[in-house]
Amino acid sequence: MTYSSRPQSLVLAGTVGVLLMAAWPAAAQQPAPLPPGSPLIGRPDTADAKKLAPVPAPPVAAAADKLPVDKLKAPKGFKVEVYASGMPNARSLALGDKGTVFVGSRLLDKVYAIVDKGGKREVKVVASGLYRPNGVAFKNGTLYIMELSQLSKIDNIEDKLDNPPKPTVILDGLPKDEAHGWKYLAIGTDNKLYFEIGQPCNNCMPPEGYGTMRRVNLDGSGMETIAKGIRNTVGFDWHPVSKEMYFTDNSRDWMSEDLPNDELNRMTKVGQHFGSPFCYQGNLPDQEFGWGRQCSEFTPPIALMGPHAASLGMKFYNGNSFPAKYKNQILVARHGSWNKTNKIGGDVVLVNIKKDGSAGPIEPFLTGFLDNNSYVGRPVDILVMKDGSVLVSDDWNGAVWRVSAGSGRTAAAR
Amino acid sequence: MRSLAVGAILAGLTAHAAGAQPLDARLPTCFACHGENGTSQLPEIPSLGAQPTFYTTVQLLMFRDKLRITEPMNEMAKGLTDTELQKAADIISKLPPPTPVSDTPDAARMERARALSQQHRCNFCHQANYAGQENVPRLAGQREDYLLKALRGYKDNTRRGYDAQMSEVVYDLKDEDFVELAYFLARQK
Repeated sequence: MTYSSRPQSLVLAGTVGVLLMAAWPAAAQQPAPLPPGSPLIGRPDTADAKKLAPVPAPPVAAAADKLPVDKLKAPKGFKVEVYASGMPNARSLALGDKGTVFVGSRLLDKVYAIVDKGGKREVKVVASGLYRPNGVAFKNGTLYIMELSQLSKIDNIEDKLDNPPKPTVILDGLPKDEAHGWKYLAIGTDNKLYFEIGQPCNNCMPPEGYGTMRRVNLDGSGMETIAKGIRNTVGFDWHPVSKEMYFTDNSRDWMSEDLPNDELNRMTKVGQHFGSPFCYQGNLPDQEFGWGRQCSEFTPPIALMGPHAASLGMKFYNGNSFPAKYKNQILVARHGSWNKTNKIGGDVVLVNIKKDGSAGPIEPFLTGFLDNNSYVGRPVDILVMKDGSVLVSDDWNGAVWRVSAGSGRTAAAR
Repeated sequence: MRSLAVGAILAGLTAHAAGAQPLDARLPTCFACHGENGTSQLPEIPSLGAQPTFYTTVQLLMFRDKLRITEPMNEMAKGLTDTELQKAADIISKLPPPTPVSDTPDAARMERARALSQQHRCNFCHQANYAGQENVPRLAGQREDYLLKALRGYKDNTRRGYDAQMSEVVYDLKDEDFVELAYFLARQK
């Protein structure tokens, strides 16, 4: 794959998908015919489709000398290296004032801290015994941790890394649904904590309150719902200039190999509805819940991120060491598909954001996690460091990668 | 009788502090509950034979780290190293699969369950013969009461999975569906 050949495929994937669907053999093999009008009619029940299953992450971290550093590729002039390893299921990232990198996990019970001591990095466990602590955020010395159904904090965490107290719960009683129940957490420009209550299913009419973006004050009070129709977002950030919120959203499974695309959304006002489960990718009414509705009722995405690609963490690049074209553009970690025969994603892409806030072309940034239709790593979240380098977490290897520009050797350039 | 037996085993466990023993010393206790050759004779205790190693390793890790709470299992897995978890999973994967229920099945119930399985794609991840793969457990020939307990647990969020896949699947299923699926799966070879 070359550096310039990829952008089109992201956008065109949907079109190709329609053609493929037409060629799909009818589901004639089913011994028990479905009743007329069943939403399940037309779903593939072929031997090939049955090979598709979620790809489970290993519960232990890859050994430092087994990390696939030689597989990863960045544009010419960039260097890719291991920042830290040995953190099973490393997921969301947050940066402390004193340079500590905090790392959440989803399948395990721990939050890690990476401490940089003169270039040598040490990994510590700062919280354990948690339940799906996927979300981490940091503000004014305090680490915030979002578990499945509660939000907690540890004050002055960077002064207590060797002996941290148990997190203090500041908000609990959120739904305990496991499906899309793990949460991303980030602090907005208004100093509020943002998170989503995901849809508790693949594709359903979610009960009231689900599929919503929420925000609370830093003490956990004053919860508000600010957006609806979001199936499962696992990454958001705010534009450095316009202060508008942008977020990824994972679209539904099992509609087609090549539809619908994941979304990159932009919130321009409180109260917007982003379509799920009625309309996906801004122009595709759902085959079960789209009847009687119009896609024009909902706020469309600003970019399509590929079908089943699992677009997770995203950050505006607000550092100073990358070339000027990266400034205020979005880096998106695509975890990679499972519900698709020829996998896509397993990379970090750059979404160009125009002056008016809309999206331009998408191009690859860090690739190689997907190797011969198998994963050698899976990127989850992005963090821009103070020196302008970018960290990328990888829950497959339990590691964090560092991409830097303009210094040292430029290994593995495309 | 059976519950007495389990009670005695558990009492023995506590007395001998399984948490301090190496894997080999614990294995007889495993099979005391899960049955000789890993085929369970006790209500709601699963058979283990022929489970995929990835699945068993992950479940043992979840028991050890208390991500999944079932007290006797949390005690049994306590203190085991990652290597020992892997070894236990390897041993279990080589045991014979459990023998399915061999009565004359109710054809209508089997057909209802077969349709449910197709609609909800049980036969995708668990495979057409329900032998499981990687992190997806073997279901064929599993104890009917255990299958029912597990499905109900996923529905009310008391059974914690490694990932949330089963919670998604059971979202649209009702308790009567679980009863039929458990009946069907316990009768698969």
